[in-house]
Amino acid sequence: MRHPGINLGEHHGEAHDQAETLVFGFWVFLMSDLIIFGLMFAIYVTMANPVGMAGGPGPKDVFDLTSVFIQTMILLTSSLTFGIASLAMRHEQGRGRIALWLGVTLALGLGFLGFEARDFANMIGMGAGPSRSGFLSAFWGLVPLHGLHVSAGCIWIVVMLIQMRTFGMIPIVKTRLLRLGLFWHFLDLIWVGIFTIVFLAGISA
Amino acid sequence: MGYNKAKQFSVLLLTAVILAGCSEQRSSFLDPAGPIAAAQRAHLIEVVGWTMIAVVPVFILVPVMLWRYRYRNTKARYTPDWGYSGWLELVMWGVPFMIVAVLSTKLWFSTKALDPYKPIASDAAPLNVQVVGLDWKWLFIYPDLGIATVNQLAFPAGAPVSLNLTSDTVMQSFMVDALAGQVYAMPGMRTKLHLLADAAGVFKGENVQFSGVGFTEQKFDAVAMTPEAFSEWVARVKSDGVPLDAQTYELLGASSTGAQVYEAIGTNGMPAGVIYFNQVAPDLFKKVIGRYHGGEPVLPANQPGAAGYVWQPLFNGSSK
Amino acid sequence: MTSDHTTTWLFGRLDLSSLPIWQAIQSPAISELIAGAAAMIVIAGAIAVIAFITWLRAWRSLWTDWLTSTDHKRIGIMYCVLALVMMTRGVIEAVLMRAQQADGLSGGFLTPEHFAELFSTHGTIMIFFVAMPLVAGVINYIMPLQIGARDMSFPVMNQISLGLTATGAVLVMSSLVFGKFSTGSWAAYPPYTGLAFNPGPGPDYWIWSVAIAGIGTTLSGINFAVTIYKERAPGMTLFRMPLFCWTVLCTSIIMIFAMPPLTVATLMLAADRYLDFHFFTNDLGGNMMNYVNLFWLFGHPEVYLLVLPAYGIISEVVATFSGKRLYGYTSLVYATMAIAVLSFCVWLHHFFTMGQSANVNIAFGIASMCIAVPTGVKVYDWMATMYRGRIRMTVPMIYVTGFFILFVIGGLTGVILANPTITYQVHNTLFLVAHFHNVIIPGVVFGLLAGIHYWFPKAFGFRLHEGWGRVSALLWIFGFSFAFLPLYVVGLMGMPRRSANFNDPAFEPLMLAALFGAALVLSALAALVIQIWVSVRDRDKLAAPLGDPWNGRTLEWATPSPPPHYNFAVLPQVKDRDDFAAAKANGRAFADTANYGDITMPKNTALGMIICAAATLLGMALVWYIWWLAMLSVLTIVVAFVARTFMLDTTYTIPADEISREHRAWLARVRAASPITRDRETDDVNQGLAVLELPETLKASR
Repeated sequence: MRHPGINLGEHHGEAHDQAETLVFGFWVFLMSDLIIFGLMFAIYVTMANPVGMAGGPGPKDVFDLTSVFIQTMILLTSSLTFGIASLAMRHEQGRGRIALWLGVTLALGLGFLGFEARDFANMIGMGAGPSRSGFLSAFWGLVPLHGLHVSAGCIWIVVMLIQMRTFGMIPIVKTRLLRLGLFWHFLDLIWVGIFTIVFLAGISA
Repeated sequence: MGYNKAKQFSVLLLTAVILAGCSEQRSSFLDPAGPIAAAQRAHLIEVVGWTMIAVVPVFILVPVMLWRYRYRNTKARYTPDWGYSGWLELVMWGVPFMIVAVLSTKLWFSTKALDPYKPIASDAAPLNVQVVGLDWKWLFIYPDLGIATVNQLAFPAGAPVSLNLTSDTVMQSFMVDALAGQVYAMPGMRTKLHLLADAAGVFKGENVQFSGVGFTEQKFDAVAMTPEAFSEWVARVKSDGVPLDAQTYELLGASSTGAQVYEAIGTNGMPAGVIYFNQVAPDLFKKVIGRYHGGEPVLPANQPGAAGYVWQPLFNGSSK
Repeated sequence: MTSDHTTTWLFGRLDLSSLPIWQAIQSPAISELIAGAAAMIVIAGAIAVIAFITWLRAWRSLWTDWLTSTDHKRIGIMYCVLALVMMTRGVIEAVLMRAQQADGLSGGFLTPEHFAELFSTHGTIMIFFVAMPLVAGVINYIMPLQIGARDMSFPVMNQISLGLTATGAVLVMSSLVFGKFSTGSWAAYPPYTGLAFNPGPGPDYWIWSVAIAGIGTTLSGINFAVTIYKERAPGMTLFRMPLFCWTVLCTSIIMIFAMPPLTVATLMLAADRYLDFHFFTNDLGGNMMNYVNLFWLFGHPEVYLLVLPAYGIISEVVATFSGKRLYGYTSLVYATMAIAVLSFCVWLHHFFTMGQSANVNIAFGIASMCIAVPTGVKVYDWMATMYRGRIRMTVPMIYVTGFFILFVIGGLTGVILANPTITYQVHNTLFLVAHFHNVIIPGVVFGLLAGIHYWFPKAFGFRLHEGWGRVSALLWIFGFSFAFLPLYVVGLMGMPRRSANFNDPAFEPLMLAALFGAALVLSALAALVIQIWVSVRDRDKLAAPLGDPWNGRTLEWATPSPPPHYNFAVLPQVKDRDDFAAAKANGRAFADTANYGDITMPKNTALGMIICAAATLLGMALVWYIWWLAMLSVLTIVVAFVARTFMLDTTYTIPADEISREHRAWLARVRAASPITRDRETDDVNQGLAVLELPETLKASR
C-alpha cells in the first residue's frame, strides 16, 4: 500500500522508502490532531450565541476583519512558498534553494504570528479576554491553539534549517521536511476553517 | 401462555425481593406507585424476556460444548478445519438482529410515551412545583400556592405533578423511584419531570448524582395525599411556615443537610428535617436560574455550595 | 522578598498540612489513619523497591535492559508490571469501599470525603492505569510477533508512550503522599470539579494524570495502527492476520480518534481552573453539558478500546485450546469493525437523563442496542469454534468460560440500559456500577488474564503454575459473582452509586455478600501473586523454551521462547491464515534456510525516561502551583526532543552469522526434543514442541 500524498520519488532511494512509514504515521497523527481542532470548532459553535456571550462582546465587537484577511493571505502564501521548497527538494535543486524558500516560509509564518499577536493584544485591551465569557473562552481556546501550532511549525523550520546545514540533504532530513510540509499545509487548512467559521460567520451573523 | 406465566413469576420474585426490606416508604420502581414507574417496570421485564432468546442458549451451550468436546472424549467428532457454515451465519446474525429490531421498536414507542417532559394526561389539573437543588437539600416551590418546603414534596394522589427543576450549586439528579425515575438538575438551566401517584403513600426521593460529602443526606419524602389531606397540608404550611426571604435562602445555599437547616430555622410545627415556608418571592425560581445569566461573574462568595460561599442576599429586601 | 514569599515561590501551595501523614498525627481518627497508613505504604514500598534493586545490584541492568530499551517486548512487559502494581492498589481500594458500604447502615468507618476519594482514585486507576496499560502491554508484546514484524514502526515513540502512562500513574500514587486526590469520580464532571467548588489540588491531580497518560495512549494508537499497516511480514495480507491483530487495529483506530476528546475535555477543565476560562462554569456562559458530551465521546469508545483486544485474545485462546480453526473469521472481523464504528455513535446513552428530547434519546438508544448484534455474533462464533473441537480446560480456558457465562449477563444488562425508559430509573444507581464492572471484569480483565496465561511462556520461556492459576481463576470468577451480582439487585432497589452510607436495612445482606465477593477477588489477586512467585521459583521445571507450549496456530509460536530481540531470524513468508498451524501440518515449520541477513535494530535511548521524569515534575508543579518547575520541565521536554533529532546514529546491526548461529542452535534443540500430546501440556515434559493431532490419528488410536 502506497501512502497518500506526494512522496519524494523513486530516485531518492532510501529516503523514499523510509517515507512510506514515516509520512503515513504523520498523516495518522494529523488525523488525531484534526479531531482536536474539530472538537474545538464544535465547542466554539455551541458557544457563539447570546447565552455563551453572557452579555459580553460578540464577534462584531472584537474581530478586526482587515487584519484577519491579511493574516489569511500571509498564511496562504506561506503554503505556496513551502510548496516551492518541497518541489525544489523533490527535484534536487540544491540545498540553497530549498533553504531560501523555507526561509521565506518562516518569515511569513512569523509575520502571521505578529499580526495575530497584535489582534490578541487589542482584544485583551478592549476587555475581551477569555475570562469574560464562554464564547470568548471558546475563541481563546481555538484560535491561539492554531497559533501555537504555527509557532511550533516555525521552531521546526529553524531546526530543519540547522539540520540541513549540519547534515546536508540526508534521507532523514528529507523525510522530516516532507512531514513538516504536511504539517504546514494542515495548519493552512485549519486556518481556512477558522477564517470561515469564526471570522466570516461571526461577522455576517 | 408460558411467557405470561414467566412474566408474572418474575414480577412476583422481584417484588418479593423489594418487599423483603419492607419499610412504609416505597423506594423502587419494582414496587411502582404510579403509571410511569409501572410502565418502566413492565418495559424492563419485556426487555429481559426478549433478550433471553439470545442469552439462554449461551448458558446451555457453553457447558454442553465444554463437556461434549472435552479432550478426553475421543468419541466426539473432531473437525479441526471446519470454520464456516452459511446457515449458521444466517442464524447468528439474523436472530440477534431480529431481537434488536423488536426491542428497538419497543424502545421507540416506550421512550416517546414515557418522555419525562411530556405532561401526563389526566382529568385532574396538574400541580406545578419548582424544584431547586441545593447542597444537600431540595427546595420545593409551589408557585401557584405561594408556599415552599425543604425536603418534603407533598401532592394530591391521582393528579399529575409537573416539576420544573434547576440547581443552585453543582449538577444534581432528582429521583423519585416509585413514581417516575430521575432527571438532572443543572445550574442556569431548567429541566422537567412529570409524575403521578395512583394512591396516597410515602415515596423515597433523593439526589443520585454525587455532589459532595453530604450527598447521601440529600433525601426527602414524596408524599401523595388525598385531596382533602393535601388542602389541610397546604393550610398547615401556611400557618406553621416561616417566610422564604433573602436571609433564609442564603442559609439554604450554604453546604448543609436538611437536618442542619431544621436545627437553625425549623419550628415545632414542621416535621423533623423539613422546613415549611409560607411566603415565597414570586420569581424566586426564575431568579435562581437567571443569576447565572446576568453577564456578571458569580464569585465563589455568592455561589451556593462553593468552597468560599458566604451568605449574600440573592434578591434585595425581604419579600412581603 | 520575605521568607514567606520565598517558600511560596519555591513550593507553590505545597506545605506541611498537605501531607496526610501530618494530618494523621494531628487528628488520629480511623479515616485519617488509613490515609496516613496508605501514604506510609507508598513511601515504604518505594524504599523497599529501591533497596531490593540495590541488593540485587540490578540498577545497571534495569537501566540498560529495560528502562532505556526500545524493544516492543520489554516495553510490553513493563506496561503489564505497571498495570499489576496499580491493580493491587485498585483492588485494595475496592475492598475498602465494599467494607465501608457493608457497614453503611451504621455510617461506616470512613469519612464521606475519604470514601469519595476512594471511588475517584479507584475508577481513575482501574481504567487508565490498569486496564489501559494491560491492554497496551499485551498488544505491544504480541501484535508485532503475530504479524511477523521485528518491532513497532516507531520504537522510540513507543517508549515515550510508556513513559507518559507511567507519569500518570506516578502522579496518582503521589496524591497518596502529597495532598489529596479528587473527590469528583473518574468522570470528573464540572462544575463540581471546577475551581469554585473544589479549589484544592485534587481535581488537578486527576486532570494532569489523565491528560498526560492520554497523550501517551494517542501515540500508542498511532504506533499500533502504522505497525499493522506497514510492518506485516511478506504474504501476511490483512485477511490472513490473526484475529487479535484485527482487534488491535480497531482498538488503535479508536485510540487515535477517541483520545482527543479526552485531551480536549481535560485541558478545557484545566483552562477553567488555571486561567479563569469559562468553558464549563456555572456563570458567564459556561456550559457543563459540553464537558459531559466530550467526556463520553471519549468514554464510550474507551470501553470498546479495552474490550476489543480482549475479544481478540478470546478468539486466539478458544481456537488454540479447542485445537481448531477459528469459526467465522470473516464474521468476527466484520463484527469487530462494526463495534468500533458503532462505539462512536452511542456516547449519549451515558446521560439519557440530561433533558434532551425523546427523539435524540431514541436514536442513541437504538444505536446502543445495535452493538448487541455484533457482540452476540462473536459469542456464538466462539461457541461454534468449540463445536467439534478437542477442548483442554487449561487456565486460559477457565477464564474464557467465566467470560462466556458472566459477560453475557453484562450484555443483557447493557441492552437493558440502552433503553432510556429504564435508564431513567437505574442511572446513577448501583445497577449501573454492577453493569460496567460486569463488562470490564469478566470482559476485559478475564480476557487479559487469559491472554497473560496463554502468552506468558512465550515471553519468559516457562509456563505459569497451573494449579495456582486455577485457584486464582476460580476465585476471580466467584469473587466477581458475589461482589457484583448483588449490586444489580441493590441498584434495582434504588441505591444510588457513590453512597458512603445508606439507611435502608434491605440493602444490608446484599452489601455483606458483595463484601464477601470483594474479599474473594482480593484472594484471587493474592493467588495470582503466589502463582507468579511459585512459577518463577520452579521455572526450570516449567520451562518451555522451544516456543510452542500450546500447539499454537499463529506466528508468535514459531519463534523460541523468549524470542530473540529481533523476533524472527528470517522474516516469515506467510502463506495461510493460522500460518504456523498450516506450516506444522504440511511440514513447513522449523525449516532451516540459507537466507540469513544482517538485521538492523533501534538502539537504546534515554529519551522516554527523560520525558517521563520531566512530565512527572511538570504534573507535580502544575498541581502545586510551582511555576518555575513547570516552565523548567516544559523546557526540558522540548530540548530533549530537539536534541534527539540531532542524533543520527540511532540503529545498530546484528551480523547474519550471529543470527544464523543462534537460530540453528534453536532448530537443533527442536529436532532433538520429543514432541508431546495435548493431554500432557500442563506437565513438566512440555518443552514447547507439539505432536500433530489430526482426526486421522485420533481414529487410528481409537
